[in-house]
Amino acid sequence: MLRGAWKEIRHYPSAVIGLVIILIYAAISVYTVIAIPYEEAVRLWRGGEDIWGDNPRLAAPTWYNLFRKKKLPLTIKMDDKHPSVKDLGYQQVDDDLWVHDLEYAFDFQADEFPQDVALFFQAAFQKKAPYVSIVWIRPDGKEIRLEDLSIRGQRQVFLVSQAQRLHKKLRLPEGMDPVVPLFADDYKSENPQVLKGTYKVRLETTLFEADSTINSKLVVYGKVHGWAGTDHLRRDLSVALLWGAPVALSFGLLAATGVSVLTMIIAAVGVWFGGWVDAAIQRITEVNMVLPVLPILIMVGIFISRSLVVMLLVIVALSIFGASIKTNRAIFLQIKASPYIEAARSYGASDLRIIFFYMIPRIIPTIIPSLVLGIPSFVFLEASLAVLGLGDPVLPTWGKILDDARVNGALLQGHFYWVLLPSFALMITGIAFAMLGFSLDRIFNPRLREL
Amino acid sequence: MTLTAPVATPATAAQQPPLLSVRNLRVWYALRKWGFGLAGYVRAVDDVSFDLPRGEAIAVVGESGCGKSSLMRAILGLVRPHSGQILFEGQDIWAGGREGMRRYRMQVGYVQQDPYGALPPFMSVRRILEEPLILAGIKDRKERLERIIRVLEEVKMSPPEDFLNKFPHMLSGGQQQRVVIARAIIRDPKLLVADEPVSMLDASVRVEILKLLRQIQEEHNLAVIYITHDLSTVRYFSERIFVMYAGKLIEKASVKDILESPRHPYTKALLAAIPEPDAENAKHLREVPPGEPPSLVNPPSGCRFHPRCPEILRGLCEVKEPPEVEVGPAHLTSCWLYAEERPSRTA
Ligand SMILES: Nc1ncnc2c1ncn2[C@@H]1O[C@H](COP(=O)(O)OP(=O)(O)OP(=O)(O)O)[C@@H](O)[C@H]1O
Ligand SMILES: [Mg+2]
Repeated sequence: MLRGAWKEIRHYPSAVIGLVIILIYAAISVYTVIAIPYEEAVRLWRGGEDIWGDNPRLAAPTWYNLFRKKKLPLTIKMDDKHPSVKDLGYQQVDDDLWVHDLEYAFDFQADEFPQDVALFFQAAFQKKAPYVSIVWIRPDGKEIRLEDLSIRGQRQVFLVSQAQRLHKKLRLPEGMDPVVPLFADDYKSENPQVLKGTYKVRLETTLFEADSTINSKLVVYGKVHGWAGTDHLRRDLSVALLWGAPVALSFGLLAATGVSVLTMIIAAVGVWFGGWVDAAIQRITEVNMVLPVLPILIMVGIFISRSLVVMLLVIVALSIFGASIKTNRAIFLQIKASPYIEAARSYGASDLRIIFFYMIPRIIPTIIPSLVLGIPSFVFLEASLAVLGLGDPVLPTWGKILDDARVNGALLQGHFYWVLLPSFALMITGIAFAMLGFSLDRIFNPRLREL
Repeated sequence: MTLTAPVATPATAAQQPPLLSVRNLRVWYALRKWGFGLAGYVRAVDDVSFDLPRGEAIAVVGESGCGKSSLMRAILGLVRPHSGQILFEGQDIWAGGREGMRRYRMQVGYVQQDPYGALPPFMSVRRILEEPLILAGIKDRKERLERIIRVLEEVKMSPPEDFLNKFPHMLSGGQQQRVVIARAIIRDPKLLVADEPVSMLDASVRVEILKLLRQIQEEHNLAVIYITHDLSTVRYFSERIFVMYAGKLIEKASVKDILESPRHPYTKALLAAIPEPDAENAKHLREVPPGEPPSLVNPPSGCRFHPRCPEILRGLCEVKEPPEVEVGPAHLTSCWLYAEERPSRTA
């Protein structure tokens, strides 16, 4: 019967499409779990500036440029070992005085201003910290002295967006992005445009000790990043989008299979033993059916645990005594009355053997379509929980991207991709399983075909 | 039918217990009100006794709903009797607990009416036949396969290899019933219970299946209980006939005696409903004597046949249940007409 169904699936285009999507989805999941192992994913997703510091904040996916006339810049980043860097080396100018000049150069051709410019410094010294002057040199030859500062830490950052002294010096108009004066042809004009060409950043360092050194890195944050963009914490959304696939798939699959299988077994046991066992199962089902699932899950999330595994167990526990117990029961009652069951008893099959070898195999064809159709509903439930702030605390999931997007007002601020991509992933999941499930239903339960 | 009627086997040695002995068996189904609370009983089998010697075939005939299948189910241990005993080789089948029942079931085969319904549709022929062997504790796969092939040959499904991997829906009705029979005899039982084994088959295959059953019975020296509607098949198949009416066996005799000298008015009515006992066709027990079959919840008082009986003894039959009377050698009937002593009538 199952083999026949396999052959028949090919005649249902929607089933084939659904199946192909699901297979791609499974392949992505496998790839993800291998390429970004669980610990790595958790580490990345919980990481802060140290991991994601080089990424722009809230950048759109790169492919967004395909739909735009004015292209958004990508992030440019280079350290002081980069081949385009002109390093003049250390020169002693006095007993206790050394200088070190270094010039970064990069080509800027985007139509929009970048998000920000950052310089990361790292200095080694005994007592007296080195001192750096940062000079911005535009393609038109204009030089702007951005800042003079002593480098005291292991990791010191200069950010144009936060350089208050620079803002004052430039007399930055109210509301203007501080990078505009650095990149605009004329920032005082009505509508400043990006000046394209080669920009340079010169670092003039003064050092006060013989083995004192300085290292630096330049990052010009763009406004697009990767294929998925970044969020408010500069995290690359592709990590969560990729990891969302195996999480959603396994969650949906485990929940749907667990619920279907357990429901089936419970219904079979009730029907087979009848009497008070059946009555008890029926009453539990009726009570359970009026219990509100979501509030219970919210309570569990708040008071017990938000771990995905706990949620999975609670969802399965709450769903096994569902309406499908009743439909399964009706089918099992018919099966129980069939002569082959009586025959099995007459040749000595035990209760458990009859339940598992004679009754359950009979109902599996009707269960498979509803199992497949049940998968997306559990995926959506998991996402809804995450949107309600009850997502797994460590795992990156689609629901958690949506939750972050909602909390940070993504749509109000125009960060469409932040909502679009996870929603799209969820939708595709739903559609794929629905297409396959409905076709399977027609194959396994042919009586519906006439409807 | 071109087959000759079998000769009745002579009574077996008195000392050895009969293979199967049914003693005052009652199968009552409780009628429940609102799911609990007893509202009465369906008295499907009421005080039935008989002995079945080894190797003998008996037939039970009776109209629909008279309790034949209930009698079978009780004999197979599928329903627990309300009272009475079923002794197999002298042992009460319910006395040995689970293990006793298991051992008993190893020695009984069951052939059902609807061959398609009797086979799990999701199992292959091989798997279907393997189940009883697995349950018999035969661990060796090769041995199981050998026995499956042997039994398929025995039920004339050859070559067996062609059928092993077929599923029931791929077989014809006759082939399905052969598989059912194969399953029933694969453990070499001593007793075979066949509940209308051919009534759902095409007329053309009926004879073949009955011949097959007969042949198997003779080769294995099987005791057979054969339930049927069709008196013509009874004649050819069994040595004795039990006529059942409303949960009771009202006449027990050899095939010859029943057909040539029926005693009970119900038996007579049954035979009268068959125009030509020897003719090949139109011998079904479909037509029943006039009147409604009695309710099994509130059976008629006295003799259960009295409301429909043409020879009723007023004042007696409707009051007192008739005794079982020996009207000839090994010919028993429960009817007041043949009782030597009758209590005085009340009306
Ligand atoms: N499980 C049960 N619960 C209650 N009543 C039952 C049950 N099984 C059978 N009966 C009733 O017992 C009576 C006898 O049924 P049974 O199946 O033994 O008759 P039968 O002689 O085999 O009839 P048929 O020729 O139609 O197969 C019927 O009235 C039936 O409705
Ligand atoms: Mg019956």
